[in-house]
Amino acid sequence: MSGEQVTHPGDTDQRSADWAEEAVRDAASHEDPELAQYALGGQTLSLEEQVLARIDRQRRRKAKIKEERITLAHGAGGKATHTLIDALFLESFRNPVLEAMEDQATLTVGGARLAFTTDSFVVHPLFFPGGNIGDLAVNGTVNDLAVGGARPLYLSAGFILEEGFPVADLQQIADSMAVAAAVAGVQIVTGDTKVVERGQCDGVYINTAGIGVIERDITLGAGTVKPGDSVLVSGPIGDHGVTVMLARGELDIESDIESDTAPLAELIGVLLDATTGVRVMRDATRGGVATILNEVARASNVAIVVDEKAVPTREEVRGASEILGIDPLYVACEGRLVIVVDGAETAAALAALRSHPLGEGAAVIGAVKDDPPTLVLLKTEFGGTRIVDMLVGDPLPRIC
Amino acid sequence: MRFVDEFRDAEKAQVLSGQIAALCEPGRHYSFMEVCGGHTHTIYKHGLEDYLPESVSLVHGPGCPVCVIPMGRLDDAIYISEQPDVIMTSFGDMMRVPGGKGSFFDSKAKGADIRMVYSPLDSLKIARANPDKKVVFMAIGFETTAPSTAMTVLRAAADGLENFSIFCNHVTIIPAIKAILDSPDMRLDGFLGPGHVSTVIGCKPYEFIARDHHKPLVCAGFEPLDILASIYQLMVQLRDGRCEVENQYTRVVPWDGNLKALQVINEVMELRPYFEWRGLGFISHSALKVREEYAKFDAEEIFKIPGIRVADPKACQCGEVLKGVIKPWECKVFGTACTPETPIGTCMVSPEGACAAYYNFGRFTRERVKEATRA
Repeated sequence: MSGEQVTHPGDTDQRSADWAEEAVRDAASHEDPELAQYALGGQTLSLEEQVLARIDRQRRRKAKIKEERITLAHGAGGKATHTLIDALFLESFRNPVLEAMEDQATLTVGGARLAFTTDSFVVHPLFFPGGNIGDLAVNGTVNDLAVGGARPLYLSAGFILEEGFPVADLQQIADSMAVAAAVAGVQIVTGDTKVVERGQCDGVYINTAGIGVIERDITLGAGTVKPGDSVLVSGPIGDHGVTVMLARGELDIESDIESDTAPLAELIGVLLDATTGVRVMRDATRGGVATILNEVARASNVAIVVDEKAVPTREEVRGASEILGIDPLYVACEGRLVIVVDGAETAAALAALRSHPLGEGAAVIGAVKDDPPTLVLLKTEFGGTRIVDMLVGDPLPRIC
Repeated sequence: MRFVDEFRDAEKAQVLSGQIAALCEPGRHYSFMEVCGGHTHTIYKHGLEDYLPESVSLVHGPGCPVCVIPMGRLDDAIYISEQPDVIMTSFGDMMRVPGGKGSFFDSKAKGADIRMVYSPLDSLKIARANPDKKVVFMAIGFETTAPSTAMTVLRAAADGLENFSIFCNHVTIIPAIKAILDSPDMRLDGFLGPGHVSTVIGCKPYEFIARDHHKPLVCAGFEPLDILASIYQLMVQLRDGRCEVENQYTRVVPWDGNLKALQVINEVMELRPYFEWRGLGFISHSALKVREEYAKFDAEEIFKIPGIRVADPKACQCGEVLKGVIKPWECKVFGTACTPETPIGTCMVSPEGACAAYYNFGRFTRERVKEATRA
């Protein structure tokens, strides 16, 4: 291309990337040779549609872990996390309860319907504006129970402590947990403590498990959503994730924003009292609103269309996301619900949410359609449209 | 948000869209390349193509700095990161780029100390805090990021820092555009000039494009209205039979560039005789290296890098995508072997990469998406 005849270093000493050639062979072995003849409504697919159909088939293929080692992407809540869970944990532990793949397991014991869940907390920094790892650990598990329609009852708390960790900090964390438990109406009834050598963990990690009772005659699930349903959120999105990113102090951005960590059981109670039209609820933690909507779209084989203008987002969150080049739809919340309701019940659900202090910023952000199935689409504020896919790895800041 | 929302006004977009459509000659097709990955990102993020008539298409150019790094070069970076006492620091979007034997993320999982930073100055902080370690900054990017890398080296020199170096992979935009213009399969009607690069180099270096290659270029900003306005300016030039360099991004880009930034680059770095670009091959005088005076900050000198070239996978058509010869979806491995979670070509790694942007944001046929989003 340069037009000059020069010898370049490595021209004769050249390797090829074996993993790439292998990936190409692997994908080719799953190709459908008859794809070109697929017809859609009597019409032969265009070249572009054939490619899209091929991608669709690949997306529906069984998940396979390609990495030899765990990378941080496996913990980020996006595609890699899903692959790890599907291909490794679900394969190893397979049973009908687990296969529902909700935020909580639903069990029937002695005639009572119970919800059971667990969650681990490794947030850094441990203390941030609006909360700390302690109230996060209580609220997170309380919320995972509540979104299944359960009344949270009892929690366990397991602590992994690093040698040298200040007792005063641990006291503060325990106090926050006690307050959060009291607010949520649960008791921490069992626990465990382990101490590891300095450097083996980052101050303190907390695991909580929780149990609750499902007293209402309802069945909620990501797979129960239908075209015509409405999508709501209970308040502004992304507050927690942005707060924590800024609290790490790596960005030298200052803001008054606080984490939204809160127990949602009471708000959910108000909502379920007001309407029987709720299909599914999730608290939008890791992976944010976008990840949840993708899970729902796939589980119910529907399209979800979100109106960007309607998504409540604080100026601080918009601003920080703009600077970092990330999308608030993928940023974690710790006290926000994403709810899909029967379209006819939209107004009732919205009014119920707004009647509670934790839901006063609630909004209808989108609607469920039938085509294109499994996809989340965004009507942008600018007036265009785009796909909002499952996140790949952590949202990586763009360089320019 | 002030200074942002004004440039995302849907009503103004509608007006510009009508004006662009009115300039289309019946039966004629228009192809414009947005050179910069930041533009590609804006186009997809806001769904900007919905405002363009069928006969106007945008081709995504080679201006994604992550996407043009060849695999062998990344293998060298990973080699450095695996040397004793090294802390490698890198911008976030470099972390997942696959080399011949995996990415920074894979290498980190195997035990290398690789840290994400937001600025080269963060690397300097890490170097000061870890005097017993050798801290290396993976320097990538066009003229946009080169000044900050150069400033960091000057700062390190002024502070007498002994444990900091950069692995310099800075590239320059003009030879890449020239390579595309010289390519026999080039089919473009004009260019959206890279706004960020132009804040440093100005608009003058593009004049050869209009003069020798008879293509118009409009230096464009990064908000969606900037891009629509720039497309409009290109269409007006074509209607008038003009080929000129125009500056739409006047609120940021000075015609003569930023002399100070250029001086800083020139103080620390010099042109390499040639450099390999992913998909485009070797291009003469297309990249920067650290000058000999600053050799003690040059990771290439400090660590004996293997420098083995890794051939692009045969099925990968990054080069054709980068040159705008094919659309991302026309690549044989697009969306099947090569996806954002398992990228083969670098165009799939960074969200700015033409393929990743298309996969994430533009994958579905416009008609179906429009139908679904109709109220």
